[in-house]
Parts: sequence; structure tokens; C-alpha cells
Amino acid sequence: MQEPISVTALNQYIKGMFERERLLSRVLVRSEISNYKVYPSGHHYFSLKDAESSIRCVMFRREAMSLRFRPENGMKVVVSGRVSVFPRDGAYQLYCATMVPDGVGELAFAFEQLKNRLHKEGLFDPAHKKPIPAHPRTIALVTSPAGAAVRDMIRILGARYPMAKVLVVPVRVQGEEAPEEIGNGLDLVNALDMADLIITGRGGGSMEDLWAFNDERVARAIFRSRIPVISAVGHEPDVTISDFVADLRASTPSNAAELAVPDQADLRDRLAHFQARMDRSVDRRLQVRRDALRRLGSSPFLQSPQRAIQEKRLLLDYQQQRLLHAMDRQIGEHRQQMGRLAASLDALSPFKVLSRGYSITQKDDGTVVSELSQVEKGDTLRVRVSDGTITCTAEGKEKTKWRKRS
Amino acid sequence: MAEKKLTFEQAMGRLEEIVAQLEAGDHALENSLSLYEEGAKLMKQCTTMLDKAEQKVMKLRTDANGELTEAPFAPKE
Repeated sequence: MQEPISVTALNQYIKGMFERERLLSRVLVRSEISNYKVYPSGHHYFSLKDAESSIRCVMFRREAMSLRFRPENGMKVVVSGRVSVFPRDGAYQLYCATMVPDGVGELAFAFEQLKNRLHKEGLFDPAHKKPIPAHPRTIALVTSPAGAAVRDMIRILGARYPMAKVLVVPVRVQGEEAPEEIGNGLDLVNALDMADLIITGRGGGSMEDLWAFNDERVARAIFRSRIPVISAVGHEPDVTISDFVADLRASTPSNAAELAVPDQADLRDRLAHFQARMDRSVDRRLQVRRDALRRLGSSPFLQSPQRAIQEKRLLLDYQQQRLLHAMDRQIGEHRQQMGRLAASLDALSPFKVLSRGYSITQKDDGTVVSELSQVEKGDTLRVRVSDGTITCTAEGKEKTKWRKRS
Repeated sequence: MAEKKLTFEQAMGRLEEIVAQLEAGDHALENSLSLYEEGAKLMKQCTTMLDKAEQKVMKLRTDANGELTEAPFAPKE
């Protein structure tokens, strides 16, 4: 009889058997996933099963980190690894080194999977797209400082719009560390508010080369960015998850530089156009006033003030003539009237009768004597006749006895 | 107003306003002329900015003390 041994020793013995078996140290299994669980430790636990059988599997954190897609229950996968025993449970399990989706390429699968997930989450929603500033002042290039992409971007930005400062935020754009570095770069530019526009991307390469821009961490960093982000990955036909999340997708890094800034040739054209419009509108306004001025200037008075004065002078002369004429006529009329009046007066004059032999007798004081009573004997009297005056003395007076006519 | 140093974008924006105001023509002539003068100044400013602009290219780096600094950057051919 053998000595009894411990369970631990037994399990260790079995484990040793498994591990000496070369076929089990490297197996490739095609199956379907079930009971998939990720533990807080980062290790992934699941089963692979088909219609009749199943096997427990574990994928340690280190291997799981390089998974490009998220394994899900029911998913058909091809797993590589080794089979060994977990002594604590006395159970054998498959220790997975790699896992790829069955049938489709892993990258294509992972791409579609992440795209669908982020799409459902709303990361591609046009409502979240921020407008690209028309005249950015500082443009951060979150990209590799080496290579053609950064050089092309700097050259094109400089040629089109040299007023914008370019800040290169160097990151690896390829390899395992790339997604985290790109994400940190984006976060840093935001945290320190270093730019008002970000371009992130890289030059062309294989799908594997561009993979960082299909990483969820980069996608989320782009989505988080307060500063607008232009994605510029690879060549024209390459589309990455970053392109969907970015505020603007450029087909290449050069294209991103063109989309980021206005072209100074266009700006100069626009300035020239402004100048022309300003000139035209001011010219038009001046022309209106020039025309008004010309109309005023063409008035006869301003054309020849001398002639106008001459005309007024002629008018004055004419009026003067009329005035004089009118006055002459009036004076003539008055003169005639006076002649007529004088003639009448003449006819009525008491002196007129003197020529017919009548006379007028006046006393010394000029009183005309018409009655006897006015005169006393000895009074000096003046007798006016037609051509002079006779001075006489009253010798006597006798009353005239008028005979009655029968 | 034009005395203050405007950014290129602000200057272009103001120019656009001035052109629109001049074209609307609802200003007194003196006003239009002073607008024109302002516009001409801005025009010159913008052109000068374009003519004199020299692209500044910097690279972010961490210095010996672990501080982030900017250093001039020239991409290698």
C-alpha cells in the first residue's frame, strides 16, 4: 500500500502532468463565449462552450489589456493559450493568451463594435460638434513631432495664415502608449487653455498603424475637449473613430491645415473688395453733392455776377426813366391846371374892371371906401385906376339921389 | 475706436460693419468721411498684419525641473 498524500500534492502532480504535455501548452480553440465576467482585479473569467461541452477560461489582466474589442456572451472567438490546473479548485482551465473574433478580422470587428457603442452613447451627435473658429490664434498640433504630417501642417498653416501660432504637443501616435499619450495631450491643451483649435492625427499607414485613433480613450478625450478638435488621420479613404467624434474631419493632415485657417490670398481679396465697396459708396455720396453743387454753380448769377449787376443797372435806369417821365407828366398837368386857374382868377380880379374906367377908392389905411359915411372932408384918399394911383383930398360929399324908374 | 489695437478678426469684423454702414448711406457726409477714414486705417492695419506676420512655431516640452515650457520648433526634413 502506498502512503496517503495530500490534495495539494495530488493537484500539484496533476498540474505537472498537464504542463509536461506539449499539446496542451499551446492550443488554439474555436468556440462561443459564455458567462463572461471582468473582475476588479482586471482579470477576465469566462467559459468557452459548444453544443456538448464547456471549459473554464481565464485571461489575465496583462493579456486582456491588449484586446481591441470587448468580448461578449455568445460571441464566436478563436482563443489561444495553454491548459493547466488551478490547484485550489482542482479544476483544469484554459489560460488565454490571445482572443480574436472568429471569421471577421479583429480590428474590423473592434472598430465596428466601438463605433456602435459610442454612437449609441451619443458621442458622434452633431449637436455636440463645436464650431471651428474663423481666425484661430493658437493651433495645437497633438501629433508626432517627427515625420511628414507635422511638417506639412506647419508649412500649410504658415503659408495660408501666418498670424496663427502653432504649438506642437508631441505624442506618440503609434504603439501601445499612443492612445494614452494622445488623450493626455488633448486634456493638457484643454487644462492649460493653450490653444483655441486642436488638430490631432498622423500621416498614412496600415490600419494597425492608425489604430490609436480608433481607441476609446482617444475618442473620449476628443469628446471631452472644450476646444474644437479637427481629426486628421492617414489618407483620404482612412476613417477612424476619432473622425466620428471630432468636431471636423479632415481627410489628411494637410487637409486639416487647410480647413483650420483662412487663406491669406482670400483675405487680401476680401480686403480689396472692402476697399472697393468703401470707395464706391463714398464716391457715390460725394457725386450726389458734386451734382448739387454743379446745379447751384450753373445759376446765371454765379456764372457771371457782372452781367447780373449790369442787368439790374439797366432795370434801374429803366425805372428811373419811368419815374422821371411820370413826374414830368404830372408837373405838366399841374401847370396846365394852374394856367386854367390863373385865367379864372384873372377874370375875377377886381383890378380887371379898372381898365374899363372904374376905380377903387381907399383910405390912408387901405380901407376901401364904399359909403359916404366913411369919409370926412379933408381926408386923404387914394384912387386906384387901371395904371396907377391918384392921391386926392376930399373937398365935399353929396349923397346920390337915385331916381325911381317908372 | 480704431485707436485700440484690434485682432485681425476684430479688425475684419469692424471693416465689414463700416462697409455695410457706408453702403446703407444713412449717415451725414461728415460721418461717412470719418467712417471711411476709420475703414482706411483698419484696411492698412489688416494688410500690415498680413504682410508682417511671421509664423511662430513652438513645441511643448518638459524641462529638467519637470515644468512644462514652450521651445521654438523646426520640423526636421
